[in-house]
Amino acid sequence: MGIVLNEGLSQISLIFIYAAMAVYTGAFLTFATHLSRLASEKKKIRTAATKLERIGIIVMFVAAALHGVGVMLRGIAASRVPWANMYEFSITGSFVVIMIFLMALAIKDIRLIATFVSGFVLLVLGAATSIFYVEVKSLMPALQSYWLVIHVMVAILATAFFNIAAALSVAYLLKTAKWKNKTKKVSTFRRILDLFPAVETMERLAYRFNIIGFILWSFTLIAGAIWAERAWHRYWGWDTKEVWTFIIWTIYAGYLHANATRGWTGRRSAWLGLVGFVAILFNFTIVNLFFKGLHVYSGLK
Amino acid sequence: MSLAGWARWTWRQLTSMRTALFLLLMLAIAAVPGSIFPQRSADPNGVTQYFDKYPDVAPILDAIQLFDVYTSAWFSAIYILLFISLIGCVVPRTGVHWNNLRSAPPVAPKIFARMPASVAVKLSKNTDIPARAEMLLRKQGYRVVRSGKAVSAERGYLRETGNLVFHFSLIGVLIAVGVGGGTSFSGQRVLVEGETFVNNLASYDSLSPGTFFNEKMLVPFSVSLDKFEVDFDLKNHTNVGTPLDFRAFVSSRLSPTGAANQAVIRVNEPLAMPGANIYLTGNGYAPHITIRDAQGNITFSGANPFLPQSSTYTSLGVIKVPDAEKQFGIISFFYPTVDTLTTGALTSLYPAPIDPLLTMNVYVGDLGLDGGVPQNVYALDTSKMKQVAGGKSGVKGLRLELGQTAELPAGLGTVTFDSIKRFASLDVSYNPGGLWVLIFALLSLAGVTTSLLVPRRRVWVRNTADGFEVAALARGDDPILEKVVTEVAAELKASTKKGKK
Repeated sequence: MGIVLNEGLSQISLIFIYAAMAVYTGAFLTFATHLSRLASEKKKIRTAATKLERIGIIVMFVAAALHGVGVMLRGIAASRVPWANMYEFSITGSFVVIMIFLMALAIKDIRLIATFVSGFVLLVLGAATSIFYVEVKSLMPALQSYWLVIHVMVAILATAFFNIAAALSVAYLLKTAKWKNKTKKVSTFRRILDLFPAVETMERLAYRFNIIGFILWSFTLIAGAIWAERAWHRYWGWDTKEVWTFIIWTIYAGYLHANATRGWTGRRSAWLGLVGFVAILFNFTIVNLFFKGLHVYSGLK
Repeated sequence: MSLAGWARWTWRQLTSMRTALFLLLMLAIAAVPGSIFPQRSADPNGVTQYFDKYPDVAPILDAIQLFDVYTSAWFSAIYILLFISLIGCVVPRTGVHWNNLRSAPPVAPKIFARMPASVAVKLSKNTDIPARAEMLLRKQGYRVVRSGKAVSAERGYLRETGNLVFHFSLIGVLIAVGVGGGTSFSGQRVLVEGETFVNNLASYDSLSPGTFFNEKMLVPFSVSLDKFEVDFDLKNHTNVGTPLDFRAFVSSRLSPTGAANQAVIRVNEPLAMPGANIYLTGNGYAPHITIRDAQGNITFSGANPFLPQSSTYTSLGVIKVPDAEKQFGIISFFYPTVDTLTTGALTSLYPAPIDPLLTMNVYVGDLGLDGGVPQNVYALDTSKMKQVAGGKSGVKGLRLELGQTAELPAGLGTVTFDSIKRFASLDVSYNPGGLWVLIFALLSLAGVTTSLLVPRRRVWVRNTADGFEVAALARGDDPILEKVVTEVAAELKASTKKGKK
């Protein structure tokens, strides 16, 4: 049985990812400048800032295009889906986050979290290229299944939805925080926060992103169990990754209950959503790299 | 408070949403230690190693069931309470929902403007708005009731139905997991090329049966491993040595005289036999070795499985020779493609047998086999033995290339490396609950999706002196409540104009 890995192409893919990172940096700086300009006391500067936001979005589109080409080339180089190890999961996952965010721009005005989103994607790509990078490799026999496409793709989508919800929750928590300190910096910061959508809007949006994430996560869990039954002879065995998938599911189930419990909506449920997202990050980084289990796909030595 | 009062209070607390939330978070936290400490169910070797490494702490951790988290008393307590709370919550809700399904939408509120979304529309001519509203809302799937000047409508009953289906299905999942687990079994067997195994208790190397398992459940089929093939990548240089495919060619028979069925088992493609699936979970080399004593009589001949120690299949095996004049044992390493490191130590460069080498350290003495105590075939207890070749024995360890014969030390005879066979680790598993778990899990997924995405809302329309007004109230999250109100108002207004023409 022969496979052909195209190493040259994977190098070109990496160059595209680096280029995307450079352009994302531009987008991030533009959005950050935009926010700080908006906080200005002079009206003229504030009005001029709107242009910056538009530029930022265009720059983000360019970065996303480079990013998308990078992801595609990696898939072509490996002649399979580009999400078989941590590096590939990171570049594909962050690309999906950007795609969902760019699509959400058309529906809802969530432009103000662009700074968070571009910053986060930049961070993920940074970690991917510096810590998680591995040469293009073939799939180990356990991964040679169409469930790789379904199970992992849906996991990536769920993570992306949770990610955007988490960004909204952070903005919500900052905006609803009671600031004791009344220095000039704090008042500038609060002026920026005033520009964000109303707290109720952010809470509702975070909830909606989280419920989509939850449905997708439930699907990932079931798809994973079906695959595990084929590959590992049992549908559930409390493997460390299974444990953490379950923990994350339970936390978000708690989040949904919190939203239906008096006294638990608002800040408390926002915190719960964030705890869920931290668990996702923990699951992806610490559990993948340091915990013993069957899901050992980082490809790192 | 009376005893009954206390009971009622406790029940109300237990079935409250707040308690459910608390128990869910507890369950999440309680699951964490199972990923930190090795678990007997998933990683029994890890537990043994933990006991060796931390002999002081391990018994304490074991006493609080940290090596069996998911069957522990405290983890069970949390999920059992959670499910009692769940039942106590959804059973009454089912009754309420049943009544809701059969009752009319509630009458219109007095002041529409107090509703979360409302709009008032002025009309020059007073047309029959209630009749038009009834028709419009009915067409949109609402349940509609007209009373005088007002129309009440409600839709999205599926939201609560989905919610209840979700929670009841979770109970189904739990029962299916429990019952299925009880009648399941999973047995492991290592099979060298040419060997056959019959599905009965004695043939398994290890077996983990469920509580209600009995031997009669094993269908007496047999499976032979005819050939085992592996493809390793030798072309792509970043990928050299990576396994591309494992194939176990087997013949199965349903009875000793029955016809043989040929099949290939792969990692993601188990073989379905009656009452069990056979999975490929591991593989490695089994060098075939023949040992003769000084007179030339064969004292050992066979292919013992060697356990792979690395991705390049440096493999470790043990050969025990109890039938020789002096009992002796061999600890042997197999290198498929041998190479010498700068330190002088041997290693394997590539997992396929391109340049194979066997090395042997020989020990003389009591093998401990005569006591009748079951022994690990992959380990040699050398505590009562004397090393006669390799290590510090003063005699060099043996090195054998394929087909070579070497002299054993201390007059033990000769050893020949005849051929290389492969072995497959097979897992024979049966879990009748699996299908039911899947059915309930999919039902619960459908339920939760419905309950989160179908909006439940009430809409009211009423004639006023100079036109009409529309109001809506969402029960739960509804992203388009205001849009619904404006659209209903706009369509009603448009319909009156159409009516005029």
